[in-house]
Amino acid sequence: MGRYFGRKLAIYALTFFVAVTINWLIPRFMPGDPVSRMVARAGMQTPEGVAAMREYYSSLFGFDVPVWQQYLNFWGGLLTGDLGVSLWAFPQPVSSIIVAAVPYTLGLLIPAILLSWWAGNKFGAYAARKKVLDNTVLPIWYVLTATPYMWLAILLAWALGKVAGLFPVGRTFSASLRPEWSWVFVTDLVSHWFLPFLSLFLVAFGGWAIGMRNMVIYELESDYAHYLGALGAPGKLVRRYAFRNAMLPQITGLALQLGVIVGGAVVTEIVFDYRGLGYLVLEAIKSSDFFLLQGIFLFIVIGVLVANFIIDVVYVLVDPRTRAGMGGGA
Amino acid sequence: MLHVDDLRVHYRTLRGDVRALDGVSFSVADREIMGLVGESGSGKTTLGKSLIRLDGRMRHVGGTVTLDGTELPIGDDGRMNAFRFNDVSIVPQYAMSAMNPTRRIGTMIRELVTSRGIRFDTVRSELDRRLDLVGLDREVLDRYPIELSGGMKQRMVMVISTLLNPKLLVADEVTSALDVSTQRAVALALAGFRDRDLVHAMIVITHDVSLVYQIADTILVMYAGKLAEKAPTDVIVERPLHPYTRALIAALPEVGVQYAGKRLTGIPGGPPSLRPPPPGCRFRDRCPVAFDRCAEQPPFVEVEPGHSVACWRAS
Repeated sequence: MGRYFGRKLAIYALTFFVAVTINWLIPRFMPGDPVSRMVARAGMQTPEGVAAMREYYSSLFGFDVPVWQQYLNFWGGLLTGDLGVSLWAFPQPVSSIIVAAVPYTLGLLIPAILLSWWAGNKFGAYAARKKVLDNTVLPIWYVLTATPYMWLAILLAWALGKVAGLFPVGRTFSASLRPEWSWVFVTDLVSHWFLPFLSLFLVAFGGWAIGMRNMVIYELESDYAHYLGALGAPGKLVRRYAFRNAMLPQITGLALQLGVIVGGAVVTEIVFDYRGLGYLVLEAIKSSDFFLLQGIFLFIVIGVLVANFIIDVVYVLVDPRTRAGMGGGA
Repeated sequence: MLHVDDLRVHYRTLRGDVRALDGVSFSVADREIMGLVGESGSGKTTLGKSLIRLDGRMRHVGGTVTLDGTELPIGDDGRMNAFRFNDVSIVPQYAMSAMNPTRRIGTMIRELVTSRGIRFDTVRSELDRRLDLVGLDREVLDRYPIELSGGMKQRMVMVISTLLNPKLLVADEVTSALDVSTQRAVALALAGFRDRDLVHAMIVITHDVSLVYQIADTILVMYAGKLAEKAPTDVIVERPLHPYTRALIAALPEVGVQYAGKRLTGIPGGPPSLRPPPPGCRFRDRCPVAFDRCAEQPPFVEVEPGHSVACWRAS
């Protein structure tokens, strides 16, 4: 057991190292130079002034040392939580911008993913043995999951926001309010949160339900289910086994979803102008703010790795077949 | 004592019914191990399943099954449940995958037994005795199915299926996936269950005549959904009357005979389609001794005590 997790941890550490290195390399190969950009923004006329500003920003961004030194400094900064300065919201540090945006993204995505997963699995397993439900309700979700998400989100915003006027569209909370623990602010926040949540929930629910339905049907036709049936076991026991076994791939699916959660649902946040991490990604790209982009990507990498590791642990707990492989060198 | 009378089971398909069991009648006495032999598609697995649980595509068209004087409601899945496991049990063809892969074997047995309204404590000591009987460690109950070898899984499933001392056990192709030495151990374990009176009667379904020869008291030969011949094992092997049985026995290699330069004979041709079957004797097209009368279906009649055959040439 210890060796198994040791080996896993080593693989994760290696993955992290490679991912961080690539993350550092990509902006440096991208066209556009942040120093020129900041200088141009200042609108200096005299060559001396431009030269002075260039020098100032080069040292601020750490470009005045050799490349290998920059790479080491990047790691040093990373380990002390210093991700550099944002250009988009200059001179705020990247880490504080990300930290400010994270609660909104998590508050939107975690409930959407967990609730749709829970409800979708329940509904899918139920639909697997109720023909009527399978033939009437599930097709609605075949359509919903096949619909381009962006179109569905816009449709929701238009129908429930603009036409029915039930929910405000745009922004995380009204521009006139400031974040605080007051009734007015919280209700405003929730009403802004609901539409993006609903759009995510609807689409994900259908995906989970369809997957679960297929898995349960497959499990109910498996040999162990037939054997239990031949020995007169009640349907309840057979379905319990089938459900438990059908959950295994769903757990993996959930882990993958939770892993990319920190990247935010970029499309959702853009459509609803919801200001979480996804919104930051767009803004960072628009203003070629590669420090911010780097910071967000780093966040995503860590999120994916942590989620995968958790799922490795969960799998060992729920599926004995993974345990069998632990002793060997595989 | 099992009586099967004119049993008819069809498979529903989009292109009409397949008559997999077309009027089958026979009896199995107490303490009898009956070998059920036939080639693929002859209906032997269908017969085995019909006695315990029809699958979704099977339809009970007619005939009765009586076990110790009680008629089994084989066409009624709900009412049949009371008889399963208690009175009729099966060791399935797929023993390698018959146990839930994500449950410890002991836990699965406890949940299965409890779901049938029996307290696990009451069968626990018997379970241990049965494990000893088939030569499995008691600690296999704490393991998962993947941790067992094929032969161990096969024996484990035998123990589970016979735990409640069923009156009738159907063993379907129990040795097909095993190597020869394990086959013998499993076959002897089956006979052991009968000898200790844990199972009253047993039907051993196989396409391997040499296996049933070792353990069966009688052999029933099926061909294309009909019975061809039933007789005590020695009679079937030494004096078969039905031309199909003769061809089947002749196709077996014999110990001590040199086959160099001499080909083993097979049975040319293949069985007819059962959707619907042709009129008359179904073996007619492959039969070396067929004559005009074979255009009419021969009845399955007793030609001497304990020896029945369906062939015009024999009766």
